[in-house]
Amino acid sequence: MGKIFQKPEALADRITHYCPGCTHGVAHRLVAEVIDELGIRGKTVGIAPVGCAVMMYDYFTFDFQEAAHGRAPAVATGLKRVRPDLTVFTYQGDGDLASIGMGEIVHAANRGEKFTVIFINNAVYGMTGGQMAPTTMPDQRTTTSPFGRKVLDTGMPIKVSEMLAALQTPAYIARQTLLNPKYINKAKKAIKKAFTYQIENTCFSFVELVSTCPTNWGMTPLEAIKWAEEKMLPYYSLGVFKTPEDEESAKKTSSTKNG
Amino acid sequence: MGKVLMKGNEAIGEAAIRAGCLNYFAYPITPQSEVAEYLSRRLPEEGGVFLQGESEVAVSYMILGAAAGGERVFTTSSSPGISLMSEGISYITAAQCPAVFVNIMRGGPGLGGILPSQADYMQSVKGGGHGDYKLLVMAPASVQEAVEMMMGAFALAEKYRNPVMILGDGLIGQMMEPVEFPDALKAEPTNKDAWATNGMSTRNSNQRNLVKTLYLNPEELNSHNLRLKAKYEQMQREEVRYEAYNVDEDYRVLIVSYGTMSRVCSTAIDSLKDQGHEVGMIRPQTLFPFPNTAIYDAAGKQGCRAVLCVEMCMGQMVEDVERSVAGLLPVHWYGKCGGEVPTPEEVIEEVQKLMD
Repeated sequence: MGKIFQKPEALADRITHYCPGCTHGVAHRLVAEVIDELGIRGKTVGIAPVGCAVMMYDYFTFDFQEAAHGRAPAVATGLKRVRPDLTVFTYQGDGDLASIGMGEIVHAANRGEKFTVIFINNAVYGMTGGQMAPTTMPDQRTTTSPFGRKVLDTGMPIKVSEMLAALQTPAYIARQTLLNPKYINKAKKAIKKAFTYQIENTCFSFVELVSTCPTNWGMTPLEAIKWAEEKMLPYYSLGVFKTPEDEESAKKTSSTKNG
Repeated sequence: MGKVLMKGNEAIGEAAIRAGCLNYFAYPITPQSEVAEYLSRRLPEEGGVFLQGESEVAVSYMILGAAAGGERVFTTSSSPGISLMSEGISYITAAQCPAVFVNIMRGGPGLGGILPSQADYMQSVKGGGHGDYKLLVMAPASVQEAVEMMMGAFALAEKYRNPVMILGDGLIGQMMEPVEFPDALKAEPTNKDAWATNGMSTRNSNQRNLVKTLYLNPEELNSHNLRLKAKYEQMQREEVRYEAYNVDEDYRVLIVSYGTMSRVCSTAIDSLKDQGHEVGMIRPQTLFPFPNTAIYDAAGKQGCRAVLCVEMCMGQMVEDVERSVAGLLPVHWYGKCGGEVPTPEEVIEEVQKLMD
């Protein structure tokens, strides 16, 4: 009998630097499994962000480039345009993508760039030490919102998936989470769908993953999962917000989920 | 193909195509938008990539992505746009990727103006972005020279795995001159499989490539910077280019000037010769590496009493000229930086002050 469960070939045999309870490890593994299953390791190039995942290239076994903070979608655009035969993906956190890199992600999505984005939303800046992000929840305490995020001062958390789905260019936009095995299976399906759309040269593809950051939330891993389920999921609703096949129904799905 | 009459901006775009670079990303800005307009028509004809980015910041990272993937790539911009690209330029030098940047300079600081200027000398030569890095900076004085520098720039960028900057003032971009595109300047791209992130299956390898700029270990970062420094020192040994004008005569004043300004100076030098006065000139064609030795030798020639630096800016090149002259002679400056190009008469007047 052969092995039925093993480390994906796309994943390096390394111990990660991520904190206990962090969901980056799960997200990395899902990306690696999808790349193995699609058999694209030899033609895949990852674009690493600035944030906790800045050294993610240490954990994968295929080509990687490093981008500056927020600029991964521009780097991916440059590479994918000159090498459309490659599979290119960015992997970005919420400070990187939704704050400093907002311009780059919106325009890449709107041009319909044929690469994939894995967006880790954990409602906080991780690597710099738990500062407030555009995705931080109302009243959530961070090192730069010590009394809780005040909406009157700093606005509401940005729903990036809904925002990108509002663009008129065809795309695949989905939000899933990594909080338990049931969700993780759905997240993997979304990631595989996103890479498949890219391989078929169909559209821009984007998967947001609601994630946890126990360290910067000041919680145990279990408390963090509970907090994310109670506070984040009602606001960051899960689902597919847009597909290239069915623009109208995708829009309806999006509006009911937001309602 | 014989000579054709072309506007500088369009000739620069065509030169890149003739040099075998078919990938261009850019953002519009006066006075160089004609490059993008020209290439938006020409590159699709050649099966190349043309993309108008959402900002100069984004464009600089599109250049990084394409260059790190092992493909020839270039962009063009003008002064405020180059300031925005300077972030990406720092990363590209750190990532050791070849690319070509063209700056058709306009007046600054801030929005400044849209007329010709040479006010980005410091930014180009001393490093506009953060960290220890250098660009190989070439300054054309004619549309033909812009074409030739452009065609040679890709091979130089690949030789050093470092960006090359073509630094032209607005006149180089805007004026029309007869040009030809010498096929001999076209160099085949180098093999980049050893480092480029072009996909393992592209290079039939099981070894992955990584293009990065982060070195958290202080010893590693120091070694990385020493590797970069060694390349800049090699450029200083191998890539210095300049033109010496009227230096065989017994001149009393030596002019140092580059780009369009040097052409005005050569007209002034010819007029002074007719009046019986000899003036020499060193015209740097590379601003980094700078022709220190040529300027030192020319200033040290018997009979030379003063050095005059003429620029369309407030004397940014003076300190490099002073460093070259090494205290042998006083270094004077003349220039304007509102967008007007000084006339030969104005240059003659300044030279005459130093003759007495």
